[in-house]
Amino acid sequence: MSPWIYGALFLVFAPVFGGLLAGVDRIVSARMQGRVGPPLLQPFYDVGKLLQKQARQVNPVVEPLLLGHVGFMAVSGALLLGGTDLIFIAFIVALAALFLVLAAGSVNSPYSFAGAERELVVLLASEPFFILMMAAVCKVTGAFTFAGVLASPQLVAVQLPGVVLAFLLVATIKLRKSPFDISMSHHPHQELVSGLTTDMSGRMLAYVELAHWYESALLCAFMVLLFNWSIALGFVAFAIAYALEVLVDNSTSRIKWQLVLRSTWIATLLFSGGNVLALFLLGR
Amino acid sequence: MSFFSRSPWILHYDGSSCNGCDIEVLACLTPIYDVERFGVLNTGNPKHADILLVTGSVNERNIDIIQNLYRQMPEPKVVVAVGACACSGGIFARAYNIQGGIDKVVPVDVYVPGCAARPESIIDGVVQGIAALEAKRKKTA
Repeated sequence: MSPWIYGALFLVFAPVFGGLLAGVDRIVSARMQGRVGPPLLQPFYDVGKLLQKQARQVNPVVEPLLLGHVGFMAVSGALLLGGTDLIFIAFIVALAALFLVLAAGSVNSPYSFAGAERELVVLLASEPFFILMMAAVCKVTGAFTFAGVLASPQLVAVQLPGVVLAFLLVATIKLRKSPFDISMSHHPHQELVSGLTTDMSGRMLAYVELAHWYESALLCAFMVLLFNWSIALGFVAFAIAYALEVLVDNSTSRIKWQLVLRSTWIATLLFSGGNVLALFLLGR
Repeated sequence: MSFFSRSPWILHYDGSSCNGCDIEVLACLTPIYDVERFGVLNTGNPKHADILLVTGSVNERNIDIIQNLYRQMPEPKVVVAVGACACSGGIFARAYNIQGGIDKVVPVDVYVPGCAARPESIIDGVVQGIAALEAKRKKTA
């Protein structure tokens, strides 16, 4: 079967996966706070409602930019499963995030603008890691595609424990979890009004939410790259990582952007960089 | 039934008040009442909100703020006035700076009585607000 069929399947099923994950997240978060929480399908109800609501654009360029954001986020996952070069995926994800920054920066709201600036900072914090991670995965397995990494007899996580550790830290940024959610407050929090999404209403906000679902599914695919013995093993690892993220989200407060940048770069250099360096020195 | 009844997002504004109703609104979010069970979110952003929940009365200084928040909310939207002050000015009604209830400055859809309004009646008011929201959506659709 052609790998592009998997890419097409990602386009269709990634939002279902991401939406259900967000639903589970909200129930688990509520239980941690001693509440019952919303129904499992609540994220789908929210997006359904946003699509029915009036969408006001402050700047007519916002909608095309947000379509670019959700489009590139979806395409990056499809390309990953479709067999495109891993390094290329890391760049496309960064491009998708840049579309969101442009959309948020194109309006007059100071909250939205501050959110856009902070999103650039967290991009600066997370992107070096993803490029290094892809390079390290390629080095260990000798493969440059998703299927190639899965076919490799080496278990990547055993060779790259430092990268797995740093991934847990950087995923906090990508999943928009406290203490790293400085650019946009996700549901239970209120930071900068709503940061990046302050001026987005109706379907504009629905696009952002949809892109976030694609991004969650993409991170799960990255986890499968690290635990490449089987897809099920990758999903289990992602479930454990996500449970940790929810716990950290509910038990930490937000930190300043300087500390976000410093901690992620130190983790990237120390854990991932040290890991790759050790592999070179051991001659593998 | 549309998605509006399953996902009403609320913007809470507190005008001139003793903060009693304000505290009761926040009590709705706590584990005892947990309005998130019904998909209710306290957004803090008018552009994301469906229901404007106002506690306290209107004074000279907050007329513009309430009207501005109301105008920034996308359609369909409803206003729920919570407590005696928001409904009519309450105990402050005859004070020199008070205009009266919220309906002096924006159209109110649901009035929730009480001083302070109890969380149960606030949740009931929001549920009636959802019905009003549904009716408005049908009118505009």
